[in-house]
Amino acid sequence: MYGNGILAGMMVTIKRFVATYVDDLRMIGRRYYNPAGIEYRRSKDTKGIFTVQYPEEKLPVPEEFRFIPFLVYEVQEDGTHQDRCTSCGICAKVCPPQCIWIEQTTHPETGRPVPEPVEFFIDIDICMNCGYCAEYCPFDAIKMDHNYELGSYDRHAYHIFNKERLSRPVEYYAEIRPDNYAREEAIRREKEAKKAAAEAARAAKAAE
Amino acid sequence: MTEMTAERKLSALEERFPGAVSPDTRPGYGGFKVEPAKLVEVVTALRDELGYDYLSSVTAVDYLEAGVIEVVYHFYKSTGGRALVLCAQTPRDNAVLPSVTPVYPGADFQEREAWDLYGVKFEGHTDLRRILMWEGFGGHPMRKDWKEAYYEEDFKPFESRWPEGAVRRSEDLNPYGANVVYPKDMTNPEKVTEEADKLLYAKLDEEAAKIGKNLATDFVTVNMGPQHPSTHGVFRMAVVMDGETIVALKPVMGYLHRNHEKIGERNTWLHNMPFTDRLDYLSSMSNNWGYALAVEKLMGNRVSVPERAEYVRVIMAELTRVSNHLWAIGFLLNDLGAFFTPSLYAIEERELILDIFEATTGSRMMCNYFRFGGVARDFPEDAWNKLKMLVNERLPRMVDELDVYLSNNEIVGARTTGVGVLSPDEAIAYSMAGPVLRASGVPYDVRRADPYGIYEEFDFDVAVRYHGDCYDRYIIRMDEIRESLKILQQAVKRIPAGSVLDKNPYNVRVPAGESYGRVEGPKGELGYYIVSDGKANPQRYHVRAPSFVNLTALEKMCVGQKIADVVVILGSIDIVLGEVDR
Repeated sequence: MYGNGILAGMMVTIKRFVATYVDDLRMIGRRYYNPAGIEYRRSKDTKGIFTVQYPEEKLPVPEEFRFIPFLVYEVQEDGTHQDRCTSCGICAKVCPPQCIWIEQTTHPETGRPVPEPVEFFIDIDICMNCGYCAEYCPFDAIKMDHNYELGSYDRHAYHIFNKERLSRPVEYYAEIRPDNYAREEAIRREKEAKKAAAEAARAAKAAE
Repeated sequence: MTEMTAERKLSALEERFPGAVSPDTRPGYGGFKVEPAKLVEVVTALRDELGYDYLSSVTAVDYLEAGVIEVVYHFYKSTGGRALVLCAQTPRDNAVLPSVTPVYPGADFQEREAWDLYGVKFEGHTDLRRILMWEGFGGHPMRKDWKEAYYEEDFKPFESRWPEGAVRRSEDLNPYGANVVYPKDMTNPEKVTEEADKLLYAKLDEEAAKIGKNLATDFVTVNMGPQHPSTHGVFRMAVVMDGETIVALKPVMGYLHRNHEKIGERNTWLHNMPFTDRLDYLSSMSNNWGYALAVEKLMGNRVSVPERAEYVRVIMAELTRVSNHLWAIGFLLNDLGAFFTPSLYAIEERELILDIFEATTGSRMMCNYFRFGGVARDFPEDAWNKLKMLVNERLPRMVDELDVYLSNNEIVGARTTGVGVLSPDEAIAYSMAGPVLRASGVPYDVRRADPYGIYEEFDFDVAVRYHGDCYDRYIIRMDEIRESLKILQQAVKRIPAGSVLDKNPYNVRVPAGESYGRVEGPKGELGYYIVSDGKANPQRYHVRAPSFVNLTALEKMCVGQKIADVVVILGSIDIVLGEVDR
């Protein structure tokens, strides 16, 4: 019969329409505006309306999510900040749109370069969030952030981030990327243990 | 067919055209040089006698030091097999070559692109206008001695970034400075535009005149676009109509042009990977793969892809195909006037796929996931579990639902059946690719015809339909989703453990030579033609964009149809303007 195809299609929409309300009733009070509800709406079992009411609701971002890099520093025992960055320049070289500028510190007396940046700029209007800087940094000093809400009223005034604006403590990094942090720390501890063992062996040899 | 036999066959050509065809002896090159005067004769013999009936790519390379521009042709057989590469050289200061469009109409847009960007005049081309830049633009921007606005240096990384780090905004560089040659009447943009359209309308009038006017009616010229909801972006079709029937149609593009290839030649090899994401921004994984494939081919045994990475690549590419086809089907229905209910049903599934991409690669659409020698990182556990559920349970169910919902719908049938028909011979001649080619009854799929990665290990069929109309171009996408799910289910079951990346140096070294890497992208054959001179940056980086080449046959499909069908035909080709305009 002509029109069967349309009717079959209409059944699909009706099913979906009904499912929306059944789902709403089944999960009354739990479906919207709570984290479990958001998780349900993006799961494989989701039925009915699956949209998220941004900004009242926000999708949780996965650990690997990348948006604008930040610099990692460690707080020393005396309270000073020690940058992990050694200003080796690899991130500036691998950056596809070339949005990273690094000014190397030079020693005031000898004039030799010191492994620490005196300034570090990222033009976030140009940054394409590719994550290469974080991927290729040999010191785990630059990482990708999770904060994607960076609106501002004047791009000329706010959109070139300097070192101060980019720096975040290592605890922040550990918080947003726990798995990566744990993995890197394990590697670092292993390396340190090896180094200590080698040094101990050398000391033992010298003592002989 | 192997390259060996290709060589033997060509030696027959060498005998027939003594002195005109000779093997390309430069290290790293595998093609044949052809004398320009004999080019058309040679390609005719190639098509009619040797069976190389599919011209995949035409592009130019500027060898500044040698003072020549070389035009490179990649031929394939529509029955499968490897490429046959021809190249013809012409002096830079007077670049003229015969056009191959009389033999291969599919070269039309690609030759126009080579004229636009390199200034190669193709004699015998009936419509040699600029295609990506506007008429009146000064110079040919892909030439090595042409400098763009914001020009800093020839190659990245730029010196000023480190160790002095003199930060500044690139827009502070004066775009009207001495580094760019602008046309004289650039001060009056109106005039430039008028000139461009004059050539376009003259061409349209010429084609309309062939048909001849009806006594009672007058032809009307209408511009659909650049701002038109049916064009999925900024795309314009200049249409001449007799009543409601299309008499002539010319696509006008380049509104999103950013000279991707010039940027690519400034970049290092690694830099290009995230830029490829932005070509066809709906299927970044396939774009990544094509580029990685081309570069890995050239690197040869310096790089090897671990087995697990090969599986991950297949999984990602097939997920991309599913999500792209869902999008294409959804928005085809939008073009038919079924506003947003079908497309949102389709997009819901796509969202779930993008969630997996985001958890694995860090980004939903700009994945930047492939590296030379593998992929960037492995699946996190939760994404992997979700993936298994999706490909085994949810997606097959949802495709069936979509099928019930749309495929037998009488309105969809009435609007698409018999509309925009392309015959198999035309589809091959116009170098169509992907679903459009296969919907016309040509079972040509790069995954089977010229396998790459580990596709040979999977059991799947090449989807093919035989009518070549819009309905077949719709239904074939449904078929392809099913085939992709088949591949995914096998891949998820069989994926081995192990590492996903060989080694990952930031300064990739690529030996000198040329290479053409092509993959079966969701929209068709996506090819990357790269030339290396052994330096840190590509000497030539060309993208054979399926959306762009598929538009060559748009006029052919539209002439004789009604104006309302143009929207459907364009929707059934499934273009993305990021890739068309590059």
